[in-house]
Amino acid sequence: MSDKTMNLTLKIWRQKDAKSKGKMETYPVTGISEHMSFLEMLDVLNEQLVVEGKEPVEFDHDCREGICGMCSLHINGEAHGPDRRVTTCQLHMRMFKDGETIYIEPFRAKGFPVVKDLVVDRSAFDRIQHAGGFVSVNTSGNTIDANAIPVPKDDADEAFNAATCIGCGACVASCKNASAMLFVSAKVSQFSLLPQGKVEAKDRVMKMVKQMDLEGFGNCTNTGACEVECPKGISLDNIARMNREYLKASLK
Amino acid sequence: MSVLNAKIPEGPIKDKWTNHKNKINLVNPANKRLIDVIVVGTGLAGGSAAASLAEMGYKVKAFAFQDSPRRAHSIAAQGGINAAKNYQNDGDSVYRLFYDTVKGGDYRGREANVYRLAEVSANIIDQCVAQGVPFAREYGGLLDNRSFGGVLVSRTFYAKGQTGQQLLLGAYSAMNRQIGKGKIQMYNRHEMLELVIVDGKARGIIVRNLVTGAIERHSAHAVVLATGGYGNVFFLSTNAMGSNVTAAWRAHKKGAFFANPCYTQIHPTCIPRSGDYQSKLTLMSESLRNDGRIWVPKKMEDVEAIRAGRKKPTDLSEDERDYYLERRYPAFGNLVPRDVASRAAKERCDAGFGVNQTGEAVYLDFKSAIERYGKEQATVRGEKNPSKERIIELGEEVVRTKYGNLFQMYEKIVDENPYKTPMMIYPAVHYTMGGLWVDYNLMTTIPGCYAAGEANFSDHGANRLGASALMQGLADGYFVLPYTIGDYLADEIRTGPISTDTPEFDEAEKSVVERIDTLMNINGSQSVDSFHKRLGMVMWNKVGMSRNAKGLEEAIQEIRTIREEFWKDVRIPGSKNEFNTELAKAMRVADFLELGELFAKDALHRNESCGGHFREESVELDGEQKGEAKRDDVNFKYVAAWEWNGDPGAANLHKEDLEFKDIELKQRSYK
Repeated sequence: MSDKTMNLTLKIWRQKDAKSKGKMETYPVTGISEHMSFLEMLDVLNEQLVVEGKEPVEFDHDCREGICGMCSLHINGEAHGPDRRVTTCQLHMRMFKDGETIYIEPFRAKGFPVVKDLVVDRSAFDRIQHAGGFVSVNTSGNTIDANAIPVPKDDADEAFNAATCIGCGACVASCKNASAMLFVSAKVSQFSLLPQGKVEAKDRVMKMVKQMDLEGFGNCTNTGACEVECPKGISLDNIARMNREYLKASLK
Repeated sequence: MSVLNAKIPEGPIKDKWTNHKNKINLVNPANKRLIDVIVVGTGLAGGSAAASLAEMGYKVKAFAFQDSPRRAHSIAAQGGINAAKNYQNDGDSVYRLFYDTVKGGDYRGREANVYRLAEVSANIIDQCVAQGVPFAREYGGLLDNRSFGGVLVSRTFYAKGQTGQQLLLGAYSAMNRQIGKGKIQMYNRHEMLELVIVDGKARGIIVRNLVTGAIERHSAHAVVLATGGYGNVFFLSTNAMGSNVTAAWRAHKKGAFFANPCYTQIHPTCIPRSGDYQSKLTLMSESLRNDGRIWVPKKMEDVEAIRAGRKKPTDLSEDERDYYLERRYPAFGNLVPRDVASRAAKERCDAGFGVNQTGEAVYLDFKSAIERYGKEQATVRGEKNPSKERIIELGEEVVRTKYGNLFQMYEKIVDENPYKTPMMIYPAVHYTMGGLWVDYNLMTTIPGCYAAGEANFSDHGANRLGASALMQGLADGYFVLPYTIGDYLADEIRTGPISTDTPEFDEAEKSVVERIDTLMNINGSQSVDSFHKRLGMVMWNKVGMSRNAKGLEEAIQEIRTIREEFWKDVRIPGSKNEFNTELAKAMRVADFLELGELFAKDALHRNESCGGHFREESVELDGEQKGEAKRDDVNFKYVAAWEWNGDPGAANLHKEDLEFKDIELKQRSYK
């Protein structure tokens, strides 16, 4: 493996807390290996800031393998940066060039207020799930045998594909209307495709959509930006499916 | 007589759990509404426990340091979950799952707990399917299975390489249903920093709100710790960045014994490290060993040519490759248990056959599987005499369906296409079998304080088999703890609400505030991470995959030195009354610096090789097993449970002797 290094200029959004006004600040970083992940590059910057006695840049992250959905960041105007089908923690510095200036901002949406620097509050997503993102079955273990209801493989696979959503919020951040339709429709789809979820399908879609609207997310105008930036490749078909489910539920 | 009472029910092993459930005390539904339970951690164990307890009627408060329960690190589990369903009709049974788990754990787990785990495993799958977890299915619509290391049956249920994610989202949805009903109060971005004991019982916790820095008191009739493992004591591990030991360690310092801290699982198939800046290691699921073959070159000149870039792995013919697992363990081949596979990789790399620049990598090759699947597919599709290219195309498609997300993950990190060239892998710290000591009811040595999932020690002995962590987390949370906790809470129905306005809460809060103030005021010159990395190096080099007395004694001294320096020279910028990740990290690293010493002390005292604990002084010297780990059942057939005594080095050892009544104790052989 070759190891090219690069020097970069970072323009980063700094904001003390939810109430304060924020602004972009400039930080040079040097000797960045192309094999580093984007967050490891920010680790290098923060280590440097700590040693200089300055406050490090706050950003959300946890698993660093693209599955927990905690990392975010708008990098050069794109949610999770320039690569496709990756989260920011999986974005590698080989996607950037020596001498480049990189703009790093928090996800911007009314539904995602800034907590500090690059950290945003995505608890609206949790509240949408509280409204109906479940099958009403108790965890007693006394259900029917797992193989009692065969599920066509195609349906199971489609449900799985929808269920791989990591709840990062890139769809909202990428949408000019800050719509959460891709996120909500992924959950609605997962359950509506499976026999276990069909029983409550009508009730679920109505409640989840209602909560989504209450949280201040915008409408879907079919630009498809969400699908392009989604690190898990959640398909726009889910939105169509949710619209059908919603229509069916409204007409009952 | 040991002070430890495991409270294992009487009777034959297959009846213990049923009899126990029939005998334990119950709390009537009206009284459950008067009882508060705190659950710390919202992974598979904590999430499922919180949901189940709330459904039963208890008032639950759940805490997570992440911004949502769905982000707990169970989400990253890839390969699958075991269950004794015998859907494949390959002779599986509860007894076999029990036997494999005890044997895989190198006879250092507690029989009764493991049997119960195997017994409830089948319910987990039923439950998850009912919740809408989209497991992989066959074309007939029934559930599919795969194989994992250390077993000879197919009992692993999976959802591509994202099984942990799907199961956690299932538990999270069950939680959401209860949060929506107001039966669980959820505290995100809150970190537990102290356990509060009142009259000898766990009665609450002190937490820090990670957004505002506010210190809060929360009381309850019982506290459940489901806070995961402590692999991050090594700094580099497959754990999430935030995974930590603090909650468990705080309980330990308040009287909960810490069991077998040195039992760590070093997972054989992770992406090798690439530089000093590395912040974590990424796992490549064990399920890949179903289809991947592990090898290094036979000849040193080929190793050198590959490192220098003069040769590619694909240039080497079959004769020039050493499939060392197949060579050494013909019966299990590439599917030996994790500890065996990891040591074998280290052995080859230590002998100089590592295939990357650092010398710490072996190949995991899918070429044979791609060809095999390709030919199969061609036959299924009725394609006569397919070309080699067509076979590979069809084979890659099958491999993509099975492991697509893992291959993509590998390519993004390493920048190489694993369909075309073998993956490079190396062992990394993954899971900790050790944890808080618990009895059969999952209660720690502190009355009213429970530990579930990876945070406890009981089921995996000295080595966990693949796809067993998810099983244990959900078994504890859905099916074990919600019942066993009732036995304790039945005596609490007249207690009434627990006040937080008491001297015990005052004292606990004060100790947290003082610890934070001390850290903030050090104002030294080195970052938290720099100490954590130094601790990690000591742990990896001297307390890692292979250990000896001299190295362990040195490690203890070195860890003490790093700890002293940390408390003199750490620098934490910002203030305590705000979102301050450096402060949060410092609190965790301070505890890792104590745990690390106890870990090494435990490893030093255990002068035997067992499971993930390989002691260089304890090796088979001759016979068929020459060079393999040598367990010492005469002297070490016990659980080492450590009691805090003012300093990690001064911890007192208590032993729980392990009895094996249903499985004959013998040497593990995978040959």
